[in-house]
Amino acid sequence: MTQPAEKKIRAVIVDDEELARQVLREFVTAHPEIEIAAECANGFEAVKSVTELKPDLVFLDVQMPKLDGFEVLELIGTGAAVVFVTAHDNYAIRAFEVHAVDYLLKPFGADRFEAALARAKARLAGAIPGPASLNAPPAPSPAELAAAARPPAQYLDRIPVRDGTRVFIIPVAKLDYAEAQDDYVALCSEGKKHLKQQTISSLEAALDPSRFLRVHRSFIVNLERVVRIEPYGKDSHVAVLPNGTQLPVSRAGYARLREFLDR
Amino acid sequence: MHPILGQPRRLVPYLLGWIPLAGMLVYLLAVPGGLTWTEAIALGVPLCLLYAFMCLSAWYSCRGTSLEHTGALQLALTHLLAAAIVSGFWILCAKALAHLLSKFPAFQGLDPRLSKNLPLLFGTGILLYLLAVAFFYVLLAAQQSQEAKEREMKAGVLARDAELRALKAQVNPHFLFNSLNSISALTSSDPAKAREMCVLLGDFLRRTLGLGEKAAIPLEEELSLIRSFLAVEKVRFGARIQMQENIDKDALDVFVPPLLLQPLVENAVVHGISNLVEGGWIKLDISSQDGSLSIAVENSFDPDSPPRPRGGVGLANVRQRLATRHGNLASFEVKAEGDRYRVAITMPAEREARAS
Repeated sequence: MTQPAEKKIRAVIVDDEELARQVLREFVTAHPEIEIAAECANGFEAVKSVTELKPDLVFLDVQMPKLDGFEVLELIGTGAAVVFVTAHDNYAIRAFEVHAVDYLLKPFGADRFEAALARAKARLAGAIPGPASLNAPPAPSPAELAAAARPPAQYLDRIPVRDGTRVFIIPVAKLDYAEAQDDYVALCSEGKKHLKQQTISSLEAALDPSRFLRVHRSFIVNLERVVRIEPYGKDSHVAVLPNGTQLPVSRAGYARLREFLDR
Repeated sequence: MHPILGQPRRLVPYLLGWIPLAGMLVYLLAVPGGLTWTEAIALGVPLCLLYAFMCLSAWYSCRGTSLEHTGALQLALTHLLAAAIVSGFWILCAKALAHLLSKFPAFQGLDPRLSKNLPLLFGTGILLYLLAVAFFYVLLAAQQSQEAKEREMKAGVLARDAELRALKAQVNPHFLFNSLNSISALTSSDPAKAREMCVLLGDFLRRTLGLGEKAAIPLEEELSLIRSFLAVEKVRFGARIQMQENIDKDALDVFVPPLLLQPLVENAVVHGISNLVEGGWIKLDISSQDGSLSIAVENSFDPDSPPRPRGGVGLANVRQRLATRHGNLASFEVKAEGDRYRVAITMPAEREARAS
């Protein structure tokens, strides 16, 4: 599939430093086939712009105010070809694990930029398989990719979620429980529910197992919130939260819970 | 731990060392003692083996009375008394052995003939014990010098480690890469500004290069280093950096370890300013009174910002260097309150440079 001649590639540039955006802008304007749809100076703006504008190509800084580049990618999905642009070389492996097209190290020259652009065009034309074109097995969600790319032995301390173009940050300390709902997990925090496209298993793997426990096929609970455990029916239980919410506890979940409480 | 009993592979050479002594004992029993050679060997060899083990006890009295801290009289009394007790016990054993041997027809009458030799045996026992005492003192000294060498080496490694970390902390490579990227941007849009940035960066790097060798520099020099660092960062961040200085003139000639404050200001930029969309402020308060220097670096930050790597490394380095130089006389406090972050240092105000 080739792009129609008149259809431009729409790009978004995300970097908190004006001068860093300027370098990219200068290199991009040398290509008439690319149009800069937006420039963003922080993670929230980036999520908003990308969600609204649905660009083909995103140049993404890693360290930014509000959300870092990986959190932005987790929230915007993998629809666009993403080129990371950063001064830090230690994110490269993570970047490719989340299917970034390329990884530009600041400062970079025109040659290097052209190479990245060529890769991005190839991805957009379908030559380099992105996660979207992996048909079987089904593509992992961006959150799952991010979970897989997390450095080992480091658990999440905040979970970014997107509602339309708005971003919420849930510190894990304020997460009461998570419930699987089809392809999503519902994150319950301070009386509100936030939906995020992720499997409950990958969320479980990302959370500190000494603070969060999978008590049921569909539920993860914050252990600090469990007030008591009550028997329910013949051989199942429910965990009761401070506001009275009752979460089902499976037999295996009950065993895990007992093991934790007895420790 | 006992140097010989504690390490069995040392026991063999120790016992081998006793072979000539056994020979000497046999000779003493046979020639001046008037025993037959068979009798002398049958008595002397087992007695010598026994005494080799008994003399191992000398280690404990040697360790208890170190040569440096004990008077000569006490030293002589302790060891002579111990020698007399051990040797006395030994001749009792000799007597028992002779009694046992005299039951065999080949050694008939050994018992009374040995009894004549007991004073000789007692004297030999005392001498051998004192020999063991001398041997253990030599061993102790060797052990101590080995330990001292190890300690010295460890201290050296620690010092080099700290130095290396300090050097590494001098220039954060990402600061360099980001600055070069800014220059790259300016070359086409504003060449004059690009040149200015090159000069600023060169100026900062040149200042830091010479500092590694110095133990201390006047505060004024450290402040100008910070200013040249911030001049570079201001090109990158533009109006996002607001710097406030409140510095006591008296403090300018106080000596501080080089690059003590620069990492703190750099942290304020990396973890504070660069996470704030609208920018933020850094406040530097320095005062000096009653022979002590107080420094506070305060900055605004976004408590909800994503965590950045390298956090705390700079702080740990500063804390460690203060502790090595001033010990308990310096204090280092870090406090995060709401959206402000504050590092406070107090240390003795040195008016003259000294080696650390």
